[in-house]
Amino acid sequence: MTNVTDRIIAGDVRAAARLIRDIDDGMPEARQALKDLYPHTGKAYIVGVTGAPGVGKSTLVDRFIQHLRAQGKTVGVLAVDPTSPFTGGAILGDRVRMQRHATDEGVFIRSMATRGHFGGLTPSTRSVINVLDAMGKDVILVETVGVGQDEVDIVRTAHTTIIVLIPGMGDDVQAIKAGILEVGDLFVINKADRDGADKTAHELRQMLEMQSPDSEKGDWRAPILKTDALSDKGIDEVLNAIEEHRAYLTQNGGKQLEAHMAKKMRIELLDLVKQRVIEDFLMGLEQSAEFGSIVEDMVAKKLDPYTACDMIINKRLKS
Amino acid sequence: MTGQRRLRIMVAKPGLDGHDRGARIVARAFRDAGFEVIYSGLHQTPEQVVAGAIQEDVDLLGLSSLAGAHLYLFSRIIEILTDKGAGDIAVIGGGIFPQDDVPRLKGMGVREIFGPGSKLENIVEWVSANIKPRE
Repeated sequence: MTNVTDRIIAGDVRAAARLIRDIDDGMPEARQALKDLYPHTGKAYIVGVTGAPGVGKSTLVDRFIQHLRAQGKTVGVLAVDPTSPFTGGAILGDRVRMQRHATDEGVFIRSMATRGHFGGLTPSTRSVINVLDAMGKDVILVETVGVGQDEVDIVRTAHTTIIVLIPGMGDDVQAIKAGILEVGDLFVINKADRDGADKTAHELRQMLEMQSPDSEKGDWRAPILKTDALSDKGIDEVLNAIEEHRAYLTQNGGKQLEAHMAKKMRIELLDLVKQRVIEDFLMGLEQSAEFGSIVEDMVAKKLDPYTACDMIINKRLKS
Repeated sequence: MTGQRRLRIMVAKPGLDGHDRGARIVARAFRDAGFEVIYSGLHQTPEQVVAGAIQEDVDLLGLSSLAGAHLYLFSRIIEILTDKGAGDIAVIGGGIFPQDDVPRLKGMGVREIFGPGSKLENIVEWVSANIKPRE
């Protein structure tokens, strides 16, 4: 076992922060550490927090940290913000709302940029969760980028997924769309001090009741809760609902949880393989002379892109 | 699989100084230069700044100060960084500093100081030339 692994299991913040960087930057040496850490994972409870930009996800997460700490639980937070598609840079601003917990040794907060990945998380998120899990965090809160409708990676990552809305959102037409409403294990209407919270809750309830039964969710009925995170209202009720969902997943010998984990692991493995295949396959392709000349032929209309694609794939698969 | 390092920077506002327009503009310039920037928010203690910088594994800590407490705050932050074994995180300063304080700040380990009138492109250029993602 490597030294880094021992340090992380002992809760060393610097070592964990460094490994997370290596994972995020795609350093091959991070793989061995992840392999070594894996036997120490599986204890943390993972909660996803998702919703449109500006609904108050970070402020809610800040309150969750506060209340979970009051219960004596240690907390890991991963906050994902978008990378600029134009410059590759990012301003990671979620931390501002939670920075008051920075010096609490029972809390580890990490901001991550999407780096071109769609789906609301980063390609490294699941591995980074494993690091926080191995560090011994009891609860890991994963805040996605402000998502619209089909950025639902989080469901395949978290045990409990919370969808955050605000009054006035989720009118009938929006809510009937596929995607985000199908995936919530619990719904939070934040900024509930504003007008229209009850109406939004009512509309949401109606939409959820119209959904056809979902074998994956079983007979879990997603609760709708109201919070005012800024004034610290309704937070314990949300944490209780998370506990209820957890109890639901683990009841009857944990059949639901097992099914959930099996699904999650299929996707985790598939994503890892995809990532590696794509990286290996594409390595050096764009810089190769062959690629350049194919593009030239396309520009000169001597070659169509579909034939060009076939050519490249056939050649690479043979070599 | 070939990894790609991205430069990560924390822009921080230590102390009781509520002026963060400059810090935000510099943060944007860093973003536009392709760096990943974490902003601390206002009114941070030196301990909070260092804890954040370590958890975020940044390469560079940009401290903004316009309220005159830079000598104490910057030296305390560098001291805590060293104590925590994170002395390899580079520190730069931006804001308003008396001329005489600049050599004192550099003497305590602040790598560069950007005072009023500094051009964004010069700050970005300096960072690109002098700060590399730590291996």
